[in-house]
Amino acid sequence: MSRPILEVSGLTMRFGGLLAVNNVALTVQPKQVVSMIGPNGAGKTTVFNCLTGFYQPTGGVILLDDEPIHNLPGHKIARKGVVRTFQNVRLFKEMTAVENLLVAQHRHLNTNFLSGLLKTPDFRRSEKAAMEYAAHWLEQVNLTEVANRPAGTLAYGQQRRLEIARCMMTRPRVLMLDEPAAGLNPRETEDLKALIGMLRDKHDVTVLLIEHDMHLVMSISDHIYVINQGTPLADGTPEQIRNNPDVIKAYLGEA
Amino acid sequence: MMARSLNNRIKTAFFSALLVLAVAYPVLGLKLTTVGIKLEVHGASPAMLWTIAAAAIGMFLWQLLRDRLDGPLSSLPSLPGLPASASSFLTLPSTQRWIILGLIVVGLAWPFFGSRGAVDIATLILIYVMLGLGLNIVVGLAGLLDLGYVGFYAVGAYSYALLSHYYGLGFWTCLPIAGALAALFGFLLGFPVLRLRGDYLAIVTLGFGEIIRILLRNMTELTGGPNGISNIDKPTLFGLSFERRAAEGMQTFHEYFGIAYNGINKVIFLYLVALLLVLLTLFVINRLLRMPIGRAWEALREDEIACRALGMNPTIIKLSAFTLGATFAGFAGSFFAARQGLVTPESFTFIESAIILAIVVLGGMGSQLGIILAAVVMILLPELMREFSEYRMLMFGALMVLMMIWRPQGLLPMQRPHLELKP
Repeated sequence: MSRPILEVSGLTMRFGGLLAVNNVALTVQPKQVVSMIGPNGAGKTTVFNCLTGFYQPTGGVILLDDEPIHNLPGHKIARKGVVRTFQNVRLFKEMTAVENLLVAQHRHLNTNFLSGLLKTPDFRRSEKAAMEYAAHWLEQVNLTEVANRPAGTLAYGQQRRLEIARCMMTRPRVLMLDEPAAGLNPRETEDLKALIGMLRDKHDVTVLLIEHDMHLVMSISDHIYVINQGTPLADGTPEQIRNNPDVIKAYLGEA
Repeated sequence: MMARSLNNRIKTAFFSALLVLAVAYPVLGLKLTTVGIKLEVHGASPAMLWTIAAAAIGMFLWQLLRDRLDGPLSSLPSLPGLPASASSFLTLPSTQRWIILGLIVVGLAWPFFGSRGAVDIATLILIYVMLGLGLNIVVGLAGLLDLGYVGFYAVGAYSYALLSHYYGLGFWTCLPIAGALAALFGFLLGFPVLRLRGDYLAIVTLGFGEIIRILLRNMTELTGGPNGISNIDKPTLFGLSFERRAAEGMQTFHEYFGIAYNGINKVIFLYLVALLLVLLTLFVINRLLRMPIGRAWEALREDEIACRALGMNPTIIKLSAFTLGATFAGFAGSFFAARQGLVTPESFTFIESAIILAIVVLGGMGSQLGIILAAVVMILLPELMREFSEYRMLMFGALMVLMMIWRPQGLLPMQRPHLELKP
């Protein structure tokens, strides 16, 4: 097996007396889709928040390509290529869809004050390239028709797709999706599945997924981690997880 | 249930009426008259007392019946005089550009025909336009409430005053220096402070404004303390002075062009300099709106967490807004010092910050044309209402309240230039 792109060990997050995440370990291989499942309140989103620097974990090590990232602030982790979406969509609602994508390219644009003021050729070129890249991704997620509409006015499924496209603007290596299928109808969920597959196969993105839609999780994941009450319960391929008695017990209660 | 709410209403109405009496009687009902060297308190005329009583009764009835009055009142048009289509047309960026272009032409031409007093007030208005536009970057675009903006204005004014006083530097040399110094202060203040949000940020900036003013007042050896610095040189036109007699080694404008000395030339020149600075400010802000940093400010105002998740550093982005805003205050300040010829700490009290903020809010956050309009209203109105003497601040306040009821989004709310994806 190749070297893991993301390696988490002993991750612990404590809020006062509450142990939200207890000794979680993850190993994510490049270009895999890895899912994290577990009952509500199991601490999955807390793990995401720790990985992306929104929380400072109480303990544990997070290695991205063998480089520790657990002490970095959120925006620095994002710059290293770990980008996330949110459980409740967080678009810039007043800005248009295409502007949302332009903002996300901030790091890759010519932000020199003087060249922007004087509209130098270099600045124009950079803006044009950003626009083209945004247009390309709007097409990928099938939102070209609504490119110039304020993001807040889009349908929910479209907002979800736009959020993923916005993440792709930052050229991520690890894309973390927090319940991307929540609130989608079966048809949209199928589209989402195709989109995630495409990201992995064509754009070499590693996807880390939190999801409750078992059909989606089982059909797309290369590896699954189960977390219950902050503690890792099991991990394995979809087939192994489906037949794991502990997992069945956690989900369905004692028989 | 019904009886209790009636009871409540009577109570509210009674206290409102009492409040009217408590406020109005000491203010309007008592008169201080000087008799010899003593002050004596007299009751006001019966007519005034009756008016106060009528106001109290009116308030009582209004509070009692407002539920019943609200229905018919709310059916009145909420936006008098400006139909919705016209208003949205006025706020379109393309329309605003034409309006601004027209204003520039008029602005360049009219002082040559206007009276000296009018040009002078217009210059003052332009200073506030510049301040409003600068603060608009911080408040309107980046969404950071700054109550100490006048601090940067003071830094700009004193930079020029001190450099001119101690080193004899001219206005045009000092203008960029003043801007840079104000920017430096903005940067230094912003660095620790911008981790705070909302109310906390407002309070810290408020404190900063006051610290600057008090420092200036107490560093007597350097800044002249409460007396400030006087005899600051006016700007020159490529070395030509507009005074009646030039300082040594300089030439005056009227001598060079061989025309008779006229005091209004100086006033017009100052006005044109201010106009130039405002145009520069407008240009820069217009570009900023279309630059990545402008988009980042807006994104940050909408959702800071999402910005962080996309790898943008919120502190740096806020800091850039803060620093740029301060720079324009520095420019405005150094021009203010040059125009006035005198700076004292009392020109930079909190009320100045409040007026500038009022201009931004009144104009419609983020809207440039709105801010120009609001600056005209805010500065011109108190001047025009001078004949109402002490009532003018009252009328001014009433006007602000009405504005907030009718157009809470400001005179001309912003419509951002949207970048369009063209098929």
